[in-house]
Amino acid sequence: MGIRTGMEVSIAISEAVKLSRAEVIAAYPITPQTHIVEELARMVADGELDAKFIMVESEHSAMSACIGAAAAGARSFTATAAQGLALMHEMLYIASGLRLPVVMAVANRAMSAPLSIWGDHSDIMAERDSGWIQLFAETGQDAFDLTIQAFRIAEDERVSLPVVVNIDGFTLSHVIEPLEIESQEDVDRFLPPFKPVIQLDPDKPISIGPVGFPEIYTEIKKQQNVALVESYKVIREIWNEFRDMFGREYHPVESYRTEDAEILIHIAGSTAGTARIAVDMLREKGEKVGLIRTRLWRPYPFEDMKKAVAGVKAVAAVDRCLSFGGQGGPMCSELKSAMYNLEEKPFIAGFIAGLGGRDITIEDFFTIVKETKKMLEEGGGGEEYRMIGVRE
Amino acid sequence: MPQEKQHPGFIPRLISPRELFAEGNRGCQGCGEALAIRQILKAAGPDTIVCSATGCVEIISSPYPETAWRVPWIHVAFENAAAVASGVEAAIKILKKRGRYHDRKINIIALAGDGGTADIGLQALSGAFERRHDFTYICTDNEAYMNTGIQRSSATPYGASTTTSPAGKESIGQTTPKKDMPMIAAAHDIPYVATCCPSYPMDLLAKAAKAFNTEGPSYLHVLSPCPTGWRHESHLTVEIGRLAVETGVFPLYEIIEGRLKMNVVMEKRKPVKEYLKHQGRFRHLGPDEIEEIQRIVDEKYVRLLRRAEFDRSLER
Amino acid sequence: MTEKKPGWKEYPLAAVISKPGSCTYHNTGDWKTMRPVRDDSKCDKCGFCWIICPDAALFMGEDGYYEVDLYHCKGCGICAHECKKSAIRMIPEEH
Repeated sequence: MGIRTGMEVSIAISEAVKLSRAEVIAAYPITPQTHIVEELARMVADGELDAKFIMVESEHSAMSACIGAAAAGARSFTATAAQGLALMHEMLYIASGLRLPVVMAVANRAMSAPLSIWGDHSDIMAERDSGWIQLFAETGQDAFDLTIQAFRIAEDERVSLPVVVNIDGFTLSHVIEPLEIESQEDVDRFLPPFKPVIQLDPDKPISIGPVGFPEIYTEIKKQQNVALVESYKVIREIWNEFRDMFGREYHPVESYRTEDAEILIHIAGSTAGTARIAVDMLREKGEKVGLIRTRLWRPYPFEDMKKAVAGVKAVAAVDRCLSFGGQGGPMCSELKSAMYNLEEKPFIAGFIAGLGGRDITIEDFFTIVKETKKMLEEGGGGEEYRMIGVRE
Repeated sequence: MPQEKQHPGFIPRLISPRELFAEGNRGCQGCGEALAIRQILKAAGPDTIVCSATGCVEIISSPYPETAWRVPWIHVAFENAAAVASGVEAAIKILKKRGRYHDRKINIIALAGDGGTADIGLQALSGAFERRHDFTYICTDNEAYMNTGIQRSSATPYGASTTTSPAGKESIGQTTPKKDMPMIAAAHDIPYVATCCPSYPMDLLAKAAKAFNTEGPSYLHVLSPCPTGWRHESHLTVEIGRLAVETGVFPLYEIIEGRLKMNVVMEKRKPVKEYLKHQGRFRHLGPDEIEEIQRIVDEKYVRLLRRAEFDRSLER
Repeated sequence: MTEKKPGWKEYPLAAVISKPGSCTYHNTGDWKTMRPVRDDSKCDKCGFCWIICPDAALFMGEDGYYEVDLYHCKGCGICAHECKKSAIRMIPEEH
């Protein structure tokens, strides 16, 4: 049996890592992720967690050490944010390319410059195509659960890919939330010890990371992509098992009050909490508005997304990231692409909000819905996207 | 006197016949790095994990589906061999503790060239030394980026012509002296640092064995002549390595727990010209530049001798 | 007829090579233009040629002489140059 308690979300993630019996943790301090690794360092120092904690000299080395540790057969974890994630960039592709099940928490934060320690999604969006399974948490409970699930998903031999759990910097990482901390016994039942598929072992010497000539590179990438796409099924399977064991449900796309909705707000991360209140208030006024939230960002849940938006008139896709000179937000672009070949598709309005820690308020969601309705009435089209709350 | 000449009874039977760095690798004719690694792995034995940086060695040893490695091997990227080795070392420690790995001693090697060590990999190397991981870092130094086509690195010696420090009307080639990597390694107060060269196989094997048996980080700096990049004939690889030692260009020494010891002390060093003359990368140098190189070498050599003398005095 | 190349499913995960030392099948012997020849009357079987060969292309035969593995020898000539007894010389390779 778990215990229900109030806990800072960063600490809850550390608890999840401890309960997952992580073996090697390599990390470097960066706000707003630092509480996670501080807590893990404390757990190791106090003997609560029997793991190797490597306080590396950079995030690049953090991911490199996790890659080395995973290749040696250890369950490996790191956490980072923004500049740290960007510094890892090269290593992210290698972790996935080498098919090593590293798990990472990212406390999403804006990319410099100007320097901002506050939250948005521009850090993880830059790593969209790095081959990692990418999950978004809305609540502290999500963050705790997803971290444990991440090890299980990553290490499944049908998957063998790294997983990142995204939590919004500060607005999720630093808040204290009530949540269920599961017992070691139950977590052990859900998450067996890591059985490496690829391992550095003197009794069976293999060469990991060879040179791939043009003759084979495409085939190896195809193999990797198929693993990522097909991880969808495994993720669903693991989520079902998790639900049966712990009673909490997870879906690739999660819907709120979408029945009979004409306009859907689409968002990822903790802002969904605010969006939900906005939806409730709009519903009270008789507006047919609902909310969809992307939990699984990679592999992209095309079918779930199509189902979620089927029959609605418009989707207001809100991104906490600006794709400079492009279509506005990466999640909006993806949604548009997913819909493009459908015969019946909703009008999709793009919005950028919440950059660099700017609050997204209930009123902002009212504006977003209002603008979407207006664009819809004008027959769609117009600007590709609008920035919310920007001062002229 | 160089060691091999002191020991005419060279006894190969004392050296493992197992070739853990396989024949058929794609190293150039007379590759000094391939030779160094072949010798080092004889000292390491099969219970060894090699974490390679990107570079010549990685390219020549792992064109899929061919591998030269008969020990477990991982290549991740260019600048992070030491960080990868940190992870491997930590993993094996905890896995052993949890009974999930062989209980035997496993040598963990981080292997990189001079670029992967003195330039792009210096931060990861410094971090891993400071954290006191139990591993051996081996720099096979061929004094430039040979894999990409002979570009200068910070380990390229003064006066050498490379494709990015070309000798020309206005330039003598590399205008800065070679970065002193072994001393940078030693500055981390790690228990074992040594310079070596495959031209002195017994010395190299002994130092490699010491490094592997050292608890904590150890560093081997291996001068690895490169016929392609140094533009010398392939049969001269071993000879040039020997000349580097005999001229004092590359002194062989060890720093054990901070105490420096010269391994091959020459009463009379050969002039550096003897070393330079076989190599196309130095062919453009005039007497003034050669004199300057001699001055640099003399000064560094004397400094090493004095340091060795001083360190010896501490032992008394 | 061209050989059918393997499809993506046929490659090992992440292109990991599980056959140690598989490059031994690579014929690097055809690189050479010169090959080493030993004069038994001069050779004292010291083995220095063996330890300074970058290509592990020498091996001890039953009679204690170090034989050249011509399939791998790239013909660099280090063994001939280093032999203290001048027991090895390089002769042009006939192809």
